[in-house]
Amino acid sequence: MAKIKYIEFNGTEHEADVANGLSVMEGAIQNDIPGIDADCGGGMSCATCHVYINDDEWFKKLPEKEMGEDDMLDQAFEPKSNSRLSCQLIVSDDLDGLTVHMPEKQV
Amino acid sequence: MIKTDVVIIGAGPTGLFCAHQLGIIGLRCEIVDNLDKIGGQCIELYPDKPIYDIPAVPKCTGEELTNNLIEQIKPFNFNFHLSDRVQELKNENNKWLVKTLNGKEFETPNIVIAGGVGSFEPRKFPTKSAEKYDGKSVLYSIKDKTIFKDKSVVIFGGGDSALDWAIELSNSSRVTLVHRRDEFRGAPASVQKIKELSDNKTINLITKYSIKDVKGNGSLESVEIKSESGESKVIKADYVLGFFGLIMQLGPIAEWGLNLDKKTIPVNTENFETNKKGIFAIGDICTYPGKLKLILSGFHEGALAARGCFKYARPDEKYRFEFTTASSTIKDRLGVKE
Repeated sequence: MAKIKYIEFNGTEHEADVANGLSVMEGAIQNDIPGIDADCGGGMSCATCHVYINDDEWFKKLPEKEMGEDDMLDQAFEPKSNSRLSCQLIVSDDLDGLTVHMPEKQV
Repeated sequence: MIKTDVVIIGAGPTGLFCAHQLGIIGLRCEIVDNLDKIGGQCIELYPDKPIYDIPAVPKCTGEELTNNLIEQIKPFNFNFHLSDRVQELKNENNKWLVKTLNGKEFETPNIVIAGGVGSFEPRKFPTKSAEKYDGKSVLYSIKDKTIFKDKSVVIFGGGDSALDWAIELSNSSRVTLVHRRDEFRGAPASVQKIKELSDNKTINLITKYSIKDVKGNGSLESVEIKSESGESKVIKADYVLGFFGLIMQLGPIAEWGLNLDKKTIPVNTENFETNKKGIFAIGDICTYPGKLKLILSGFHEGALAARGCFKYARPDEKYRFEFTTASSTIKDRLGVKE
């Protein structure tokens, strides 16, 4: 279990306890947190669960991007070097306290 | 005006199998899809990715699944209306009048929405100022490449479309290619070619930059790009091209009064009818308690929706359940000779 903080583009903060094994994306969807669309349902084929990891320490701590994630991020809205697809961030105790920022929009 | 029993919106696996079920029970349908090819997400997003949970098919790709479904409905000779989108629905005397973007019109008692997550459209530049030039000098696809001759063209993107067009247009235009990172996702041979063209100064390659603004006075004059650390550059541009892949947009479906719940359409699980009589929704776009976004669920939903359509298409007939193994009527419809 990890407590994940989701911050919308307008600054609204949401916190959710997300079970291990779920993705950060699923944590948002299951808790009705707006700002993450996840059109493809977690297949890494749509780039609509895009988030920023503003804390550099956290960004480095996350599991590295697998092949394909950066390709998909090319197609996201305003990708940056601290962008991730939240469907690829699988929750474990290690992610307790992670904060993700949502972009202005997903599509 | 085309009169038919059912208009299916969406030629993905769910729409295709629903068409099969309609054919089996003796109904006609017309299938409309925004893409220029049949197959929906299977063909657009993962043609080569193996799928492992189609019943009785241990493994197949999105493309194989699509081809098999097309084969399965071949006997019915249904019409496909590709690169078109249903734009407007109107109810008149218990019939739906359907209009498409390309001006086609249908009259039908039933509409089956098998639209997935919406229709595929090119992802556009996030900059507001680009909208003014959209379709004129800011483009997301190329229909006539001769317009770029001797012009300054700035291309954004790192995939095959961006690379292929940068290479192609470098023969006759001044090309700048801008990409947000150093790696490209296009084919290795194209990436190699781009590097050569950049080394010999045929194209101007700029990485780790993205679009900031487009500028012009009536006609487009330049594009401003920015790096993540805030540096910016201005490049002369007659045309700006963006190749950022496709996004899915619900589009006009959102305006049909279907009580949308987060981009999905609530249905009953008896026949997958929506709150509107004669409008059904199946596959990823429908929602109900326990909904699973699996292709196999879409097949089941399509089979039941087809029976739901029968009631309105043949109000004076009683639907009779038959097995394909036993029914000679069905075998006739399939053109099977034994």
